[in-house]
Amino acid sequence: MSDNKKWYSLDLGLNNKKESSGTCGCGKTEGSCNSSPKEEELSADEFYEAAINASIGEERHRDGFEQVFDVKMDRRSAFKKLTASLLIGAGAVTTSCSVTTGSDTKEKAQIDWEEQFKGNYKLMTDEEKQGTINRLMRSYELRTHKKINMTAENAAEDVLFGYAFNISKCQGYMNCVSACVEENNQDRNSEMQYIRIHEMKDGEGFKFNKADDNYYHEVPAEGHFYMGTQCFHCDNPPCVEVCPVQATWKEEDGLVVIDYDWCVGCRYCMAACPYDGRRFNWSKPEVPEQEVNKNQHYLGNRMRKKGVMEKCTFCVQRTRKGKNPACVEACPTGARIFGNLLDPDSTIRWVLENKKVFRLKEDLGTEPKFWYFMD
Amino acid sequence: MGTFKVFKSLVIDSLDTITKGSKRYHLWMGFLTLVMLIGMYCYSIQLEEGLSATGMSDRVSWGLYISNFTFLVGVAAAAVMLVMPTYVLKDLDFKQAVLIGEGLAVAALIMCLAFVVADMGEPSVLWHMIPGIGVFNFPNSMLTWDVIVLNGYLFINISIPFYILFKHYQNKEAKKSVYVPGAILSVFWAVGIHLVTAFLYQGLQARPFWNNALLGPRFLASAFAAGPSLIILILAIIRSFTAFKIEDKTIKKIAMIVTVAAQINLIMLISELFKEFYAPTHHSESAYYLFFGLHGKNALLPWIWTAIPLNVLATVLLTFNKLRNNLKVLYFCCFILFVAIWIEKGFGLIVPGFIPGPYGKIVEYLPTGVEIGVTIGIWALGAFVFTILAKTAIGIELGELYYKDKNTST
Ligand code: SF4
Ligand code: SF4
Repeated sequence: MSDNKKWYSLDLGLNNKKESSGTCGCGKTEGSCNSSPKEEELSADEFYEAAINASIGEERHRDGFEQVFDVKMDRRSAFKKLTASLLIGAGAVTTSCSVTTGSDTKEKAQIDWEEQFKGNYKLMTDEEKQGTINRLMRSYELRTHKKINMTAENAAEDVLFGYAFNISKCQGYMNCVSACVEENNQDRNSEMQYIRIHEMKDGEGFKFNKADDNYYHEVPAEGHFYMGTQCFHCDNPPCVEVCPVQATWKEEDGLVVIDYDWCVGCRYCMAACPYDGRRFNWSKPEVPEQEVNKNQHYLGNRMRKKGVMEKCTFCVQRTRKGKNPACVEACPTGARIFGNLLDPDSTIRWVLENKKVFRLKEDLGTEPKFWYFMD
Repeated sequence: MGTFKVFKSLVIDSLDTITKGSKRYHLWMGFLTLVMLIGMYCYSIQLEEGLSATGMSDRVSWGLYISNFTFLVGVAAAAVMLVMPTYVLKDLDFKQAVLIGEGLAVAALIMCLAFVVADMGEPSVLWHMIPGIGVFNFPNSMLTWDVIVLNGYLFINISIPFYILFKHYQNKEAKKSVYVPGAILSVFWAVGIHLVTAFLYQGLQARPFWNNALLGPRFLASAFAAGPSLIILILAIIRSFTAFKIEDKTIKKIAMIVTVAAQINLIMLISELFKEFYAPTHHSESAYYLFFGLHGKNALLPWIWTAIPLNVLATVLLTFNKLRNNLKVLYFCCFILFVAIWIEKGFGLIVPGFIPGPYGKIVEYLPTGVEIGVTIGIWALGAFVFTILAKTAIGIELGELYYKDKNTST
């Protein structure tokens, strides 16, 4: 990012094709938008640098468990843990007091204790990440006698995920919504849904305030068109800025994620999100055991608890394994396109370069990585 | 060691004072305890069921708790309006009022913190927010600023009166060089807590109703009207129930502060209304909802149309010297002003921020019984804390409570 910008803009590495794709938010000439204008193609490493600088800037240098958290960990003596727990940590006690017998109970209590006082996932080393997912898997096994498979893959290099939505194609079937609910183990009681499909009247344009996002009639309804919203994984996400405990952050592949165990449930991020992207667990989320999706990722669809924030993660458990998000796969009309923005051969890049794309509320400077277009 | 002994004796003596008192006093404290217990019961329901026990939802994600929090920050900040003249400008008139004011600030801050904790979805991991053991997103998140300034302010407002009372308890004069710098600091700090709390909302580009440069200054003006109003009412009560002497002059001076602040507040209100309604844009929808309702949804109308007339009436009455100097009218004005600002800066500020939602969806908010129970319980907690603080302070100031050194030989 060049220094003399007055506002934030998304650096996709689309340097050469900015005009045609219309995705550059900076509105400046080609050259000044570029992090290193002389080169036609950035080398992988340089791009990686530039993308990260653009996204987290200085903060990166302070990141990592060693740099920030270890220091704090030293001071986090057992005594302090104990005090904190006595003051406010009733949770661990209640959960570890469940009545079963023998060593299982002890192990469960041990896991609960360690889980209650583990650090922020964002700042963990890979071993620590592995440690916590092992504990979570074991804990699930102890509780339900069923096994789950949880991973903690980190972001791959040279990947920046983006999404495009074809308004002409969407017919409002909502297969994406139900696929998302099943894939991501969302609370069935409150019928939590990350995706909202807005039904709008033809000829009125994008009148969101007149749209119906909760319809139960047959679709496509005569004289209507449809568009979906969800978390847009903003490149400059206001929700991340405001979180008092860094429980939510942007990963290097552009996904905005939440550590459900670190969130304190203040809902400040919810107030800060201009796109209605976040969902809160107002009560204990429940998923019938046989419906639980057992392929989980720590930052994605693992089971949540009550009182914490969650939202669309672009199905991190699938996309980091090279698959498409569940909504993309489920859509019968092909209205949803997902891919790596840094891969010049990807479909999403083709769409950005060849279609007239736009984003919602661009004036807010949030730089969503979610584009709309029409055939 | 000596200091420690004095401290121990102070604790014992004040425990003694707060457990003894007239029948009325016991009734009052018993009543507050009962309300607090009900509040705790409601909170236990909320802990058990989660925040679904409240009226909040994904669409309106902050409600009664955060409203009260916002308002009480203002009340706490207003104590400074009494601190400044007494300590800094050496206006002796205010001397008695100031201890009460600072006690009020402490009680208000305790209520603020209680409201924030009550609003948390996952209070068992609140330690994540403690700097040093958790991860503190400073300076990016305004909420971390708020945590710092509120706790700092609490510390200042506990330590200054404590120092003064501790000295008076031993029948010594409090040293000016010790408390005056603290008092000056607290003056700036008070403005800080209120501005930072306003910035909490003001900084959200997602919510046009809050994202408005006037929000911070208006917070200050309304706080400096509502806070001293409450102090006047409390002084009036203390005057009639205890031997503590408070001059008419003091009350009248505070009334002056209330008046000026209320006038400024009204001017800012007019400016805001002009902006929202002269050339309404999409961003004025929240204001429309608040004042007139949108698409037949009008839950806030009765509230705001109570608040605005009360606010105007109080401001007008206070503006006339004759009326203001009549204590009965003054008390009445203070009361309605307090209520008006509580509505306006609480409910009337927080809820419309979420309505309509980011995509224009209108979902209304009504607090549930549990939520109201917790809220009233926290107010009772505040009153309880304040009564204890005030009773001790008054005891010491009246000389009923002093250090009896058993081995005074020299
Ligand atoms: S859409 Fe909302 S929740 Fe998603 S990244 Fe942007 S601000 Fe955050
Ligand atoms: S609700 Fe959780 S993720 Fe959101 S701001 Fe609060 S702590 Fe952070």
